[in-house]
Amino acid sequence: MGDADELIVSIWRGRETGGLVEYRVPARANQTVLDVVTEVQRRHEPSLAYRFACRVGVCGSCAMTVNGTPRWTCRTHVRKVAADRRLTIEPLRNMPRIKDLACDMNEFFGKWRRAGGVFRGSRTRDDPPMAVDPQSRNRQAANAAIECINCAVCYSACDVVAARPDYLGPAALNRAWTLINDVRHAGRSATLAQATADGGCASCHTLGSCAQHCPVGISPTASIAGLKRLSLLSFLRRTPE
Amino acid sequence: MSERRLFALQRLSALLLGPLVIIHLVLILYAVRDGLTAAEILARTRGSALWAAYYGAFVLAAAIHAPIGLRNVLIEWTPLPRRAVDLSMIVFCAALAALGMRAVIAVVGG
Amino acid sequence: MARHRHHRAYWAFIGHRISGIALALFLPAHFLVLGLTLEGAAALDAALVFSDLPAVKFAEWGLVVLLGIHLFFGTRLLVLELLPWPEPAASRTGWILPGAVAAMLIGIVFLAGAI
Repeated sequence: MGDADELIVSIWRGRETGGLVEYRVPARANQTVLDVVTEVQRRHEPSLAYRFACRVGVCGSCAMTVNGTPRWTCRTHVRKVAADRRLTIEPLRNMPRIKDLACDMNEFFGKWRRAGGVFRGSRTRDDPPMAVDPQSRNRQAANAAIECINCAVCYSACDVVAARPDYLGPAALNRAWTLINDVRHAGRSATLAQATADGGCASCHTLGSCAQHCPVGISPTASIAGLKRLSLLSFLRRTPE
Repeated sequence: MSERRLFALQRLSALLLGPLVIIHLVLILYAVRDGLTAAEILARTRGSALWAAYYGAFVLAAAIHAPIGLRNVLIEWTPLPRRAVDLSMIVFCAALAALGMRAVIAVVGG
Repeated sequence: MARHRHHRAYWAFIGHRISGIALALFLPAHFLVLGLTLEGAAALDAALVFSDLPAVKFAEWGLVVLLGIHLFFGTRLLVLELLPWPEPAASRTGWILPGAVAAMLIGIVFLAGAI
């Protein structure tokens, strides 16, 4: 138990091997976990590696595992997660570690592409823009999932991602769902084929950890359920795989 | 077999198993009252085309549903290679279908 | 420190998976016992008498409850996957506890009849 004015902060140092190193920082009235990590790096451990950018909860760069839960550290008040003045800060799960709190996100984005997440337009600048009805079911489905900024919190929370390296993951599949519902996307059937392939939406077991932890309030579980419905329909209609 | 197809088969077999399981549970709760005997079971099933159809469908649906589910468990929770998982689940499916149909014949046959 | 698992839908997944594993492992035994009838009704009766042992009755009760859990949790999944979601997207977690309770009730009815 720390001094009433102090936080005891255990931070992962190293790569795949390493360990938790303990630091002590003053407990302040208004303090986010990102503030704590920054203070440790500036005052105690200059070689600590971590990521952040906007500091205000719009970029997703500062995501880390805080007391076992993946979250945006800039939007996590210490008071909310460390009632006993103890913090354990580790890198996000399910991604290789580069150094300390920084992870390699290559595979995360690779899966985003492999799930059919690259948009392909069908019109040129000489064509009139495509009409998108904002009230249509498709557009509303896409809108519900479109705010994803690829912070990888959902990917980090997912046990299937941890258990199955070939599983594309919630963010990639959520992205595929937004494109399939986008009338402007010329590759809708290709995206569907990729999202429903081996390691795709069929591997989701509706654990819901993704939706539980998404800082933007998206439910990849809902998007993936939509993909599953389309997958089943295309199977029943005998659409070629 | 692609996972898209396995997924569809598992969900379709689940849709069939739902009502079959409900009937099975009701039957179990009814039959265990006053003890369970072979005579009581067989009096109901012997020579009955209805029970043959019911249990036959049940066996086939379960023979599809269980191995596909177990496949996910083996892939995610064991270090077994994918080839071994797929092969063992094909064997499991065949075993369930064979033992199950044998059991149906046993209780329905005269 | 798997704090990320502390939510209801995760436990629904675990319940569904564990019950599925148990039922899958039980099925071959179930079919073999029923197949004893091929040797005559007496063979099946001998197996049924064996199942009167308290430990076996307890196992039967467990399997009945697990079948109920697998059915109710699985129904929730089928509804989630086949029907449109309510707004805002919520994974019908309200179905989980009633499903577990219903399975326990079935278990109680089973015990009341079987003991």
